[in-house]
Formats: sequence, structure tokens, C-alpha cells
Amino acid sequence: MATAGDQQLKLYSYYRSSCSFRVRIALNLKGLKYEYRAVNLLKKEQYSPEFRKLNPIGYVPVLVDGEMAVSDSFAILLYLEEKYPQHPLLPKDLQRKALNFQAANIVCSSIQPLQNLAVLNYIEERVSPDAKIEWAKVHIEKGFAALEDLLRNYAGRYATGDEVSFADLFLAPQIHAAFTRFNLDMTQFPLLSRLHEAYNEIPAFVDARPDKQPDAPS
Amino acid sequence: MYHCQIVNQFRNYSTLYKVRPKSTSLSGNRKKKKMKFYHNPSHLHSLVSSIIKSSKRTQLNNFTRCFTTRVGFESPRTSRPMENTEASYSSSSKLVLYSYWQSSCSWRVRFALNLKGLSYEYKPVNLAKGEQFNPDFERLNPLHYVPVLVDGDTVISDSYAIFLYLEEKYPQRPLLPADPRLKALNLQGASIISSSIQPLHMLSMLKYIEEKIGPEESLSWAQLHIEKGFCALEKLLKDFASRFATGNEVYMTDVFLAPQIAIATARFNINMSTFPSLSRVNESYKGLPEFQASSPERQPDAVHGQ
Repeated sequence: MATAGDQQLKLYSYYRSSCSFRVRIALNLKGLKYEYRAVNLLKKEQYSPEFRKLNPIGYVPVLVDGEMAVSDSFAILLYLEEKYPQHPLLPKDLQRKALNFQAANIVCSSIQPLQNLAVLNYIEERVSPDAKIEWAKVHIEKGFAALEDLLRNYAGRYATGDEVSFADLFLAPQIHAAFTRFNLDMTQFPLLSRLHEAYNEIPAFVDARPDKQPDAPS
Repeated sequence: MYHCQIVNQFRNYSTLYKVRPKSTSLSGNRKKKKMKFYHNPSHLHSLVSSIIKSSKRTQLNNFTRCFTTRVGFESPRTSRPMENTEASYSSSSKLVLYSYWQSSCSWRVRFALNLKGLSYEYKPVNLAKGEQFNPDFERLNPLHYVPVLVDGDTVISDSYAIFLYLEEKYPQRPLLPADPRLKALNLQGASIISSSIQPLHMLSMLKYIEEKIGPEESLSWAQLHIEKGFCALEKLLKDFASRFATGNEVYMTDVFLAPQIAIATARFNINMSTFPSLSRVNESYKGLPEFQASSPERQPDAVHGQ
């Protein structure tokens, strides 16, 4: 959980970044205290010299663990899973593990990059605001339909069984965004809707939500 | 040209035999390790058998894991790609890869399979003809993307997920370093390519832009995002790249980067001179037989002249 002061773990995060949201959930689930370092993407703080020294690319999230700095949510999560094995997030079974990676990548390669700020701004400017909304909906719905198909025979209480796993870390922020930012009709996605309800009952997920972060506008 | 890679697991080396079709006569120099055969393609089967049979008994068992890299090859007399008729000598030939020759995501997996010496059955999915929407394929991947790997009862789509699965299930020739920092670096490099570059220049995206904005726009859009991603990679890898992206061995970032650079230059006219580290490692990729064998033109469904 986020704390002030001198922690071994520091997370550079933006409250609304769904990639940062994934890592916040994992840190909470594993009971890892960390210092929250806000990076305001709208104010272009990711290009500041201090942040650039840490991550020359200027992406959030970045996890600093002592001498080690890791960027990219997927890389950070696999690093955490290996270094802090409490509350494991990946099943041992190879097929289930692959299922988790597939679901995670549907989100981070097939949905999120196509509805991030840069892409949506481009479509709004070059086509129209309506086209932007339509574009976001089309891609999120396509990805969500694929997730419903992929997980249908595996989901239990959570995405791939009765325990929270890697896939849930990616699904929760994406579904949250679908509800709060894109106004999707989620009734067509019964499994994902159910998962959304389940995530909202877990403190580790709730505490990681954008509105609960130190840099969220009050 | 096709490649026959015989993996001697006992001695932990593999020998890549370049096999060139020439005439109907069969001749060969049977010196160990450096054999070149000129043959009619239909003799390949008996040729490789004879290599195995002529080996000493103790080596014979090791040679039972002989992987024939299934690459696209042509009959010297026709321009149509031949059916891949050669038998696999692998003791485990249950890997099936659904792939499209021009798909960079499929290319990554072909490259990884070659590096690990894994033979597989190539099943083409013609994206240009919409075969990804066939009900049979849709059952395998409801997102209609290639690649899809089938390993016995296990079906996996998404190149990143397939890569991590292969890495764990077939640990020979590790493609992720043990060092945590380098491992994280490789995962990050591959992520930049699979999340921040490729999705933004995939065909459906470019078609949308052409239709809604204009035909000239799709190229500049693709170039913008490729260059942005390459800039990021150049910064990320600057202090680590040597012969390859993160050192002197081929790892995950290379598996993703090599096809990405090839496509960036061939299809989108990216000028690589602004990316010196990437340019340098690209020269190394060009010399790798495993990469060459995985290239689009070498695949059974390649259409030449495109």
C-alpha cells in the first residue's frame, strides 16, 4: 500500500494510467508497502530530467526497488512475481499460465494501445469527436468479446479460477475504464460485468483505483 | 533453399545444413559437420536418414531429435512454393503453428521456434482472403489474429504469451536471461514492440485511416509510431546493446525486434540511420540462419513478387 517516507519500493505512477493501476493492485495484493511518486502526464512531467534519468522513454509506471528500476507493467509484474512470491499471481500449470498471459495481452496489446490518449486525440482531430467514441467502443468491445470467449470455460470467482491471478490485474483497470470513461453497454459482457463486481469487493483492488490515489483530483 | 538442422543434444551443438536443390543426381561430401548436398528435393528424406544411420550408435539416440526446419522452399523448376512434404524426425512433432507469411507477430514465433530447434507443422491462414474468420479458426482464436500455437491439447494465441510458454516448456536455448535486470529489460523491449508499435500499424488500423482520413495518411501514421517506438528502444538499449539488443546473445527483445525492423524498412521506409544501436543489431540479425529461415519469403504460403 502507498505510504510516505523512505521505502525500498517506489512506484512512479499517474492516477488515471491503467498500466499504473495494474501494478498498484499487485503491490497491494502482495502486501508490499511502497512510496507513491506521482507523475502528471497531462503536465508532461514524464519528460522532466529527474524522471528521464529513471526511465528515458518517459512511460509510467516505473518501479524502483533499491538499485533496480523496472519499467513496463508486464515486466514489473513478472519481476514482482519472482522477487516477492507471497500471494502468487501466476498458476504453476503451464496452460493456465498461458491463459493468463493471453488475457493480459488482449488488454495490453489489442485494447489499451488502441484507446489511449494519443490515438483518440488523433482521431478526434482528424475525423471527428463522434468517430473517436465509436473507435474506442469498437476496439474495447472487440477485445471484451474475445475475453468473454477465452475465459468462459475457465473463470470461477475470478478470471481464470477461484483465486485472483495475473489476468485479473489487467482486466480490472480495463473494465473500470469501460464503465467510467467510455460508457460501454456492459450487459453484453456478463462475465466481465461479474468480475467487475467481484473486484470492487477486494480492498487491494479498491485501494488501487484511480480516485483513491494521492494525485487524483479532489 | 531449405535448412535442415540436426540437433545433437548430447554434445549440445546443432549443425545447420544448407541444402540446395540442383540436379537430379545425388552426391555429397560426408565430412562431419560441413556437408553440402546437391539434390533433387525429393531426396531430402533419404539424405537425412542416411546421416542418421551412418552415425555411431551412441549418437544415433541423440540424433533422434533431428529437427527439420520447415521453411518455405521452392521447386527449382517452378515458382510455386512446394508443399512441405518432408517428414519431421523430431520425437515430438505435435507443435502446430497457425501463421501468415507476412504477419510480424507470426514471424516472432517462427524465429523463436527455430532458435529453440523446435519443428512444427505450418498451417497458413490467409489474412488477405479473410481465412481468419473461418469458423474453425475462430474457435482457436476469437480475436481472429495469428499466430496461434497448438501443442497437443494446449492452444495459445498472442505471440507474447506463446513466447513465454515456449520459454518455459522448452528451456533449451534460453531466450530470457537469468539476470533479473536483463530479464526485465527484455520483457520491456518486447512490450514496447508488441504494445506500442505493432498494434498501431497493423492492417486493420491502416485501412481505417485510409478510409476515414486519406490514403496518404496511413503511411505517415505508421511511420510516426514506428519512429516513436524505435526512439524509445534506442534509449532503452543504448547502454546494453552489443552484438544483439541486450548483449552478445539473442534474447526476447531480439525475437521481437528483428521482424519489426525488417518490416519497418521494407514496408514503411523507415530510415534506420537515426537509430545506430538498432541498425547495428539488425546487421547481426541478417546473419542468423534461424532468422533467415523464419522470414516471410521462406514460408510455405509466401506469394512471390509482393
